Amino acid sequence: MLGLRGVRKSYGANEVVCGIDLELSAGECFGLLGPNGAGKTTTLRLALGLTDPDAGDIRLLGYAVPLQAREARLRVGVVPQTDNLDPDFTVFENLLVYGRYFGLRDGEIAARIPPLLEFAGLEARSGARIQTLSGGMKRRLSLARALVNDPELIFLDEPTTGLDPQARHLIWERLKRLVAEGKTILLTTHFMDEAERLCRRLAIMDRGRIIAEGSPQQLIVRHIEPQVVEVYGDGALSWAQEHGRVLCQRCEQAGETIFCYTHDGDRVLATLGGREELRYLHRRANLEDVFLKLTGRDLRD
Amino acid sequence: MRTKDFAPPRVSRRFAQVWKRNFLVWRKLAIPSMLGNLADPMLYMLGLGFGLGSLLPEVNGIPYITFLAAGTVCYSTMNSATFEALYSAFSRLHVQKTWDAILNTPMNLDDIVLAEALWAASKSVLSGIAILVIIWVLGLSHSPLTLWIIPLTVLIGLTFGSLGLVMTALAPSYDFFLYYFTLVITPMVLLCGVFFPVAQLPPLLQDVSAALPLTHAIDLARPLVTGRVPHLAWLHVVVLAAYAAAGFYLALVLTRRRLLT
Repeated sequence: MLGLRGVRKSYGANEVVCGIDLELSAGECFGLLGPNGAGKTTTLRLALGLTDPDAGDIRLLGYAVPLQAREARLRVGVVPQTDNLDPDFTVFENLLVYGRYFGLRDGEIAARIPPLLEFAGLEARSGARIQTLSGGMKRRLSLARALVNDPELIFLDEPTTGLDPQARHLIWERLKRLVAEGKTILLTTHFMDEAERLCRRLAIMDRGRIIAEGSPQQLIVRHIEPQVVEVYGDGALSWAQEHGRVLCQRCEQAGETIFCYTHDGDRVLATLGGREELRYLHRRANLEDVFLKLTGRDLRD
Repeated sequence: MRTKDFAPPRVSRRFAQVWKRNFLVWRKLAIPSMLGNLADPMLYMLGLGFGLGSLLPEVNGIPYITFLAAGTVCYSTMNSATFEALYSAFSRLHVQKTWDAILNTPMNLDDIVLAEALWAASKSVLSGIAILVIIWVLGLSHSPLTLWIIPLTVLIGLTFGSLGLVMTALAPSYDFFLYYFTLVITPMVLLCGVFFPVAQLPPLLQDVSAALPLTHAIDLARPLVTGRVPHLAWLHVVVLAAYAAAGFYLALVLTRRRLLT
């Protein structure tokens, strides 16, 4: 569906995409994870032919991009990072006008709109102006708009950033439905639970490079110890000196909290017994642990 | 800048859908938008035409208000195309990100820029025709040659729509457009013969005036209003068309640089 090979892109002296390879097969939901500024959005723009690579090959639905990007985009849907719905139009008109950009006839689009509104949970809002919609509704309308041309492949750039939990769950449920219908999805996110829940395969991107790739489970097994003990409280630092660093494979400090990565949680817990000043959480390692290990804990702006 | 930014325009017929989008929005707000566009030039023309005109003898052999009306057709068209290509196009490009949304479809940036230039021209034609209708209603001209003013407004609209889009491609914010008005549009209004004959200006300013597109528009419109075939009409048309083509190409190059790198 989408193949990138050795793709590079620089802005001035700053290389934002440093030779990445990606392969999406039909019907999968693929997640591109990375901190802010990792190059995720630029990768999407490259894949859509909106900016030219300095090097490398891009194929989108069998078309060479950017040369035949126009033909390829005919069968692709895009949900952008920030909503750019048309504020002068109603919900219905937004879908109608957008469909026309794909060369669809008005009758054809009008027939597609009711099921799209139903999909987006906006049946009652067909005539509503965009300003009257909530953030979650706008996102759902953006998703419906991306489906107006019945695309085979859908790009979603941080689809749930800024949404409340209810709205996020609804978007997730809809995305799962799309995958069940056989659509292929490429989404970028920095929410690990989103990636873990939706994506069959993931790539973690940092500083323009793909630094890990695989299923969520594979990534956890491959890159990190299976158990985590988080310890915090007054004596956490001294406990870490005394026990944590000795017992654990890796021991990291973030603010007041010690993260102990280990194969044997029980041995760690044994040292915590009876120390009331310490509070702790024992859990299985998750994707966020992998992400933080691979991309570091430093802030990215 | 990349060499690709300088490539010749590549447009598809889909550009019409972008024009249609703007038309749909305009239709919703047509009446206030028309009033806003028309009131200003119309008041200038009627106020100065009757007020100042009553103090003046004939100008170039015609009543002052007729003289002014011919200039106002061009001025009004220019203004309307300029506002559309600056403020409205900029809000679609930068504020609403409408162009970004369109770029995710099989549309090219070239389609969008062409549609915007044509849209600005279309809107400005209405402003020009409105003044033309006043000329007819007030009986300032009875010549069938005035019908040629309609295609002329299309050309003026394309010229100033394209030039405006150059500014839009460069603008960091709405404030930037003030430079364009102060440095380009206002001098144009005062030097190109809208309110008084260019011949009244000192020679140096006359030379400047001869290079400005609005002068050529007025050199076409004024004889038409008085029922004469313009002298060297082809030359004026070529100058306006050259400004339109150069403006469009430059706007395209700069917008590509802005959005596609």
